Amino acid sequence: MSPESDAAAAAVAAVENVADRIETEREHLTDLDSAIGDADHGGNMARGWQAAAEAVTDLDSPTVEAVVKTAGKTLLSEVGGASGPLYGGSLVFASAELSDGLTAESAVAFAETYLEKVQDRGDAKVGDKTMIDALVPAVHTFKKSVETDDLPPLDALAKAVAAAEHGVAFTVPIRAAKGRASYLGWRSVGHQDPGATSTLYIMEELLATAADHLDQVVPSVDATSPTIPDGEATEE
Amino acid sequence: MKKLINDAETVVDEMLDGMVAAYPDTVRRLPDTQVLVRDSAPVDDKVAVVSGGGSGHEPTHAGYLGEGMLDGAAAGEVFTSPTADELEAMVDACDSGAGVLLVIKNYEGDVMNFETAGEMVEMEGTEVAEVVVDDDVAVEDSLYTSGRRGVCGTILVHKAAGAKAAEGADLDEVQRVAHKVVNNVGTMGMALTSCVTPEKGEPTFDLGEDEIELGIGIHGEPGVERTEAMSADEITEELTEAVLDDLELDAGQEVVTIVNGMGGTPQMELFVVNRRLQELLGERDIETWDAWVGDYMTSLDMAGCSITVCAVDEELKALLGAPAETPALTVR
Repeated sequence: MSPESDAAAAAVAAVENVADRIETEREHLTDLDSAIGDADHGGNMARGWQAAAEAVTDLDSPTVEAVVKTAGKTLLSEVGGASGPLYGGSLVFASAELSDGLTAESAVAFAETYLEKVQDRGDAKVGDKTMIDALVPAVHTFKKSVETDDLPPLDALAKAVAAAEHGVAFTVPIRAAKGRASYLGWRSVGHQDPGATSTLYIMEELLATAADHLDQVVPSVDATSPTIPDGEATEE
Repeated sequence: MKKLINDAETVVDEMLDGMVAAYPDTVRRLPDTQVLVRDSAPVDDKVAVVSGGGSGHEPTHAGYLGEGMLDGAAAGEVFTSPTADELEAMVDACDSGAGVLLVIKNYEGDVMNFETAGEMVEMEGTEVAEVVVDDDVAVEDSLYTSGRRGVCGTILVHKAAGAKAAEGADLDEVQRVAHKVVNNVGTMGMALTSCVTPEKGEPTFDLGEDEIELGIGIHGEPGVERTEAMSADEITEELTEAVLDDLELDAGQEVVTIVNGMGGTPQMELFVVNRRLQELLGERDIETWDAWVGDYMTSLDMAGCSITVCAVDEELKALLGAPAETPALTVR
């Protein structure tokens, strides 16, 4: 297998693994959403990722870019609501960063574009109790690990997942300022954000698939210091 | 709750087929989508004006397809935004090369899906512009929105932008008049009863026999204030004052008004409301240039109404009075 089609096969496997994981967590995500939202996150995401897994399996000669773009387009048309554009639309746009294949550099560019699109669309910042609270530390930790700390990609991804975990935990005690949960005001305190949670699950499956693809075990990382850029955190 | 439907799963699909059967010379359905377009789309050299949103607000949006108004209307599931790929298909089918104006009601799902679709078609070289309608004076933020909701004033945006596009104006000009309407229009609604969605089959909120909700949106969400039932005149005063306070009109200003039924209210009652609305405007020396009364943007079977007031100048009067030929609105 050529490196390109090999990477594409791993991308297909990643989408399938995410679909399985979201299906497993379907009820949990819906429970989280029913506490502070409108109780459709688990079902919508499960339906969308299942369709995405079928669509990417059907691709004739997949490339990484085509797999990611197809998954994004399928999420857009199947998930609906605000989650469709946030998860699916952002994947569609970010997929262009993978047009020359998957490298540590293109993965960073992909992650940055994905984050940028989610932020543009959702207009949320760190501390609003949204998926951004998981994404921002994950993407910045990934970038720093690759570009500054020169870690191997798999280690960088493992650190990013650890950073996302911190982000998810961070959503529990804070008050929502964006999305439907924001209308609950202080009643949103104490609940974990469903969007941040599903984002973490997706990243965990990317990591597991990448490790499997490279025939390595998932690295254990020092997760104590996730990075977020200056000025991202808000104090209110 | 009894409903004249077959299956909640297929109700939107069957509604669209029924609409095409009713207006075969005016609208057609894009294959494999929930998008209806005017039969002549794309119209050569004309800026296209398109809209869309959840179903359940009929005749919004597909009822306004045709000469002088909309070129495309995307229908989502009941009270659910259309998806970005459906919106993309609509834009592609309506663009003649002169560009497309997206008229979006301010709900998070609608805004995100329209913007995603807009960026996707721009990547393919299609020129799009958008206008987000937020005319509901009842709320700053709601269960469904950041900022004010887009409600019945959207019809006036469709009408003005559609007329401007029909004149042959370019995309910037069509967008400009759309913004002009948005900047001059306010709406507030009320409910006598909740609506019943096909899927749920029971009222989305409970309202006692002697209670009404003021400040409702169009999705069966509760309003901003629940009060005891009042007379038509008292309700009209509450709604009108809220809208006029927001618009801050000068004496002598000319306006267009809409008394809009929510789907379950007879015309008799809407005319009673319009009578008092016109009296109230007269007391403030505001001149009604045109008064529309009817079901323009509904909430399924909800009983209730909304009142829309839009300040007009010579330009808007010409556009709102220009000819239109659509299933739900004809102006000659």
